[in-house]
Amino acid sequence: MISERYLNALVLLAFLAIPVWAILADEPFTITLATRAAILALAAVGLNIALGIGGLVSLGHAVFFGIGGYAMGILAFHAQTYTPLELGGLSLAGTKSMPVVWVVAMITSALAALGIGVLSLRTTGVYFIMITLAFGQMFFYFAISWSAYGGEDGLSIYVRNEFPGINTLVPIQFFGVCFVILCIALYLNARLAASPFGLALNASRQVPARVEAVGLNPTRIKLLAFVISGALTGLAGALFADLNRFVSPTMFSWQLSGELIVLVILGGVGRLMGPVVGAALFVVLEHWLGGLTEFWHIFLGAILLVIVLFARGGVVGLLTGKEGAHV
Amino acid sequence: MSDPVLQTFGLSKSFAALVATDDVSIDLRPSEIHAIIGPNGAGKSTLIKQITGELRSDSGHVELLGQGVDRLSVPERARLGLGRTFQISQLAMEDTVIENAMLGAIGASGRVWRLWQPVLSADEIRERALEALTRVGLGDHVHTTCAALSHGQRRQLEVAVALTLAPKAFIMDEPMAGLGLEGSKQLVTLLDGLRTEAPILLVEHDMDAVFALADRISVLVYGRILATGTVAEIRANPDVRKAYLGEVA
Repeated sequence: MISERYLNALVLLAFLAIPVWAILADEPFTITLATRAAILALAAVGLNIALGIGGLVSLGHAVFFGIGGYAMGILAFHAQTYTPLELGGLSLAGTKSMPVVWVVAMITSALAALGIGVLSLRTTGVYFIMITLAFGQMFFYFAISWSAYGGEDGLSIYVRNEFPGINTLVPIQFFGVCFVILCIALYLNARLAASPFGLALNASRQVPARVEAVGLNPTRIKLLAFVISGALTGLAGALFADLNRFVSPTMFSWQLSGELIVLVILGGVGRLMGPVVGAALFVVLEHWLGGLTEFWHIFLGAILLVIVLFARGGVVGLLTGKEGAHV
Repeated sequence: MSDPVLQTFGLSKSFAALVATDDVSIDLRPSEIHAIIGPNGAGKSTLIKQITGELRSDSGHVELLGQGVDRLSVPERARLGLGRTFQISQLAMEDTVIENAMLGAIGASGRVWRLWQPVLSADEIRERALEALTRVGLGDHVHTTCAALSHGQRRQLEVAVALTLAPKAFIMDEPMAGLGLEGSKQLVTLLDGLRTEAPILLVEHDMDAVFALADRISVLVYGRILATGTVAEIRANPDVRKAYLGEVA
């Protein structure tokens, strides 16, 4: 058993060491895998704020992932075709600048989270899950029928977006960008969890009646958490689109929402590093088992079953010896 | 006589054909403990929920410090000064004792929208929580997880959270529930000293505690107030003896 703080540092170091090893061993594909894991981890960190601290089991987080992806795709599409983006009389130029894309991705997904949150937070439990799922499906089918941006086929972006001072086409440099963003998100998450807001959010999951009795509105607290959560997952979506240089409606699919939940449960619900461990494990299994058999999800399912039955705190809980009774 | 802190006028509430409270008018005066007693199912918990806003009344209204609060939500009424404790402890079991108390202090300070400052370094919030915990006798257990507390300690923590609110009126729903003799005694002493800070509307089954604490008692039977009076008056009231006390005293 090791302390959670120590484990957290270890996880981040390992995350950094693998791509460095990959450069030395000249294995560029491993860097891409690590980048994929970092981006999925970021998406899951976002979900973990809503799910882990706030207890909001959202089966619609792919909405934000997809919005982030399409924010990147649409802006880059207009930049690479030199066509202006017409927005209700406003004519905007596309952009290949990552920071601009990120801001747009976060704002649009935060707004979507606000709208979805206001409606779905009227319910709890299974109804909340169903409403978020329904929103996910709405966005999915909208993206499929949105022919201006590729419809079902999606959008290809030929060149990765730019970040000042960095050559994003070099895998290790793009990994660096994603990893730093992940670390910033983790830091924000840790600050938030230790703040008065985090305490109230955590209590809103456990005892909403008490939160009301001390003069706070648990629904509003959860709503803000949902918005922050959506913005982070949206940012991950923009990076994911940049990694693949491709956006498609599958980013909105409910399977992806489910996968994000799996990542969080695998790593440890409500644990700071849970999503990171979960995403890393997921990508390793996907690559390794996926190389052995097409039906690797069966094994993932079995592992998930073991975790849910015997290690409620996920891998992080297992290693630190702390059972999490979260959710 | 000074104006009541809390007053209800003809509160009624029915669930389908079941009348839970029926035309209940009571008041809570400064520095008093007003106990509500009555058999199970008499409507005590319903009355409390109507006062705190958890239940909408069918008719009647509630005034806090002379202000009508009928349209206000539970959190709004809490912010105006209603500090309630729950019959069944409503505590964040995964959190520590001080975190539970700090939740109250956060509510009282309105600083919930601070996302950046670590709550433990917010001196005002922490001090307020510590002070309340010390008063109820949990000063040595601040970092204990709530789930590890004994039942009696959880009852103390319930009171501590209400204390952090510095309310204008306490609404206590069976604070002695499930406490042993020693625990009850401690809590009686605590509540006794509390009334000068804010009056207490006390729903309680423990008759020894009620007779030891109450300045006035109201007896609720089948949702109606059967009698209101001092301890001596209630003890002597033949209707009350027949309807309720006769069974226990």
